[in-house]
Amino acid sequence: MAELTYREAVARGIAQEMARDEDVVFLGEDVAKAGGVFKTTVGLLERFGPSRVRDTPISEQAILGAAMGAAMTGLKPIAEIMFADFIAVCYDYIANEFPKSRYMTNGQVKCPLVVRLGNGGGARFGAQHSQSVENWCMQFPGLKVVAPSSPVDVIGLLAASVRDPDPVIFIEHKSLYATKGEVPDGEILDSLGTAKVLRSGTDCTLIALAMMVPRALAAAEQLQTKYGISCEVVDVRSLIPLDTQSILGSVARTHRAFTIEENPRVLGWGAEIMSIIADEAFYDLDGPPVRITTPHIPLPAADVLEDLAIPSVERIADSVYRSMSA
Amino acid sequence: MAAKPSQDALTSVPSNDDIDTATRLELYRLQVLIREAEQRAYDLFLQNLVKGTSHLSLGQEAVAAGCAAAMKPGDLSFCTYRGHAHTLARGVPVEKVLGELMGRDNGLMRGKGGSMHLTSVAHGVMGSYAIVGAHLPIACGAAWRAQYKKQSDVSVCFFGDGTTNIGAFHEALNFAVVWKLPVVFVCENNLYMEYTPIADVTAVPSPAGDRAAAYGLPKIVIDGNDADVVYRTMNRAYDLARRGGGPSLIECLTYRYSGHSRADPAKYRPAGELERWKQRDPIKVYKERLHEAGMADAQLTAIDDDVKRIVDEATEACKAAPNTSVDILFTDVYANGGCEWRN
Repeated sequence: MAELTYREAVARGIAQEMARDEDVVFLGEDVAKAGGVFKTTVGLLERFGPSRVRDTPISEQAILGAAMGAAMTGLKPIAEIMFADFIAVCYDYIANEFPKSRYMTNGQVKCPLVVRLGNGGGARFGAQHSQSVENWCMQFPGLKVVAPSSPVDVIGLLAASVRDPDPVIFIEHKSLYATKGEVPDGEILDSLGTAKVLRSGTDCTLIALAMMVPRALAAAEQLQTKYGISCEVVDVRSLIPLDTQSILGSVARTHRAFTIEENPRVLGWGAEIMSIIADEAFYDLDGPPVRITTPHIPLPAADVLEDLAIPSVERIADSVYRSMSA
Repeated sequence: MAAKPSQDALTSVPSNDDIDTATRLELYRLQVLIREAEQRAYDLFLQNLVKGTSHLSLGQEAVAAGCAAAMKPGDLSFCTYRGHAHTLARGVPVEKVLGELMGRDNGLMRGKGGSMHLTSVAHGVMGSYAIVGAHLPIACGAAWRAQYKKQSDVSVCFFGDGTTNIGAFHEALNFAVVWKLPVVFVCENNLYMEYTPIADVTAVPSPAGDRAAAYGLPKIVIDGNDADVVYRTMNRAYDLARRGGGPSLIECLTYRYSGHSRADPAKYRPAGELERWKQRDPIKVYKERLHEAGMADAQLTAIDDDVKRIVDEATEACKAAPNTSVDILFTDVYANGGCEWRN
């Protein structure tokens, strides 16, 4: 057992898979010699060499296209898109190419690749380097979408993504890179499509993802201490495939559902989950389902503005308290 | 010591006769086969048996034939939505192609892809891509795999003149050169991006050839209506790629006889242009050359007849084939064979 940062967990996860399978290769901008702009891939070049860990030009279409061509012909590439926002310039691969190749070819073409994204706000980078783009990726049948919230999940879910035969968008949160967690020694392998109940509770369910997970846990603690409200916190972890059974199971126990989403409001992942809850757990509910999200605005750069936009521990706790006491 | 591989070798194409008779006959057969199958696809469209859209290569047969005849088994083709010709040229049966166009159960992908996405991994046809430019980076990735695993296959990527104005073209060219990948980019310049003349919307006269210098590659513009020229040029480009000499960019000048797609009557052509190009019809040119080389007319007629029989039989087989099974609507979205995205 060792304490690792989320950032170090990325490198360890990639290294674990590259050491296991020489078909795993890694490419991206500034990932090799520089070790990544977020220092998430330090040491990989030295350990695995320049034929497996490759710096690319600033050519996001070439990065994702090359990953796909390599995946189709037998490799298991991991591609990094530095800031998640940048997938807008190579969206064709995410929207049209990766997810449809198997279906269109009646199963002939395989596309086992992982695209890692540096996602999310909190770093004062402004509107084009801070977005939460989960829902940009969720809407295409054929893709899988994963977003871990802790170092151990980074390793386990990254390993599962690399070994998965489908294309996986692996969404890392930039503001979690410095956070720490206990990580067991040896190989770590998790499974996609599994949510985790991180805190048990009886009064309501907080359904959270990525950076919203530690905030939901802190809000749950406040709600318990201040108001005696017992919150269950579910870390969704995997948006596609989605573990609805764990979510619906929790709602059946607590009878109230809140999603905590970093994305701007319209069509966030929580909207899909709430529609499932409304459809399949309506009679379990004792009150309205509530979505706590960033407002439908671009993210500002200044700290006081950004902090106001993204759901904070206080806002989460306040929203839950007001809804629970209404 | 072997000479250092160089793209410069590609700029001179020998004019002496270096192509054996069997290859010559194969080049002829492939062109006739593509012509006949494409014409049949159009006829079936007029009969409302081919639905959706189709983009024909009538007039451009020499490019597909020359490129494919120079390939080895295991080489990979990456095609565009105008991909029937390149698919047929790699040996994919006519019935499979027409069946796909018709949405029948005998189709290449059982109707799940359609005309614009013909794929036959078993024949090295790694897909037909309908988003302009998307497959140039994908071909780079396949070539990267060959380089990384020290395999000797070449990835050959076909695209039209219009593709040279999209970003992915430039990203892929730079990437392929920097990584020295075994990929050959083949631009079929048929003078029209879709409906608009390529010259009206492009900064340079040769849309691919004049861009080559930006990536440190020689300008190679060849007669795409001469299958021999295409064959020789590709042989050298593939060889260069296999020897670790990196990518090539080859522009083939050609002309499509039909409109951009089935919906296009091609009224934008200047008067007489089509007729002028038909005087240099690739099959006509090639037939004359074979005659000059002493090939008996009966030998060529036998090929023509054989091709016609194959296409006729394929057509009848497709007409008789059942519609594709509705059972496959939900299959192969994910690798487990299904479409489940939640539990």
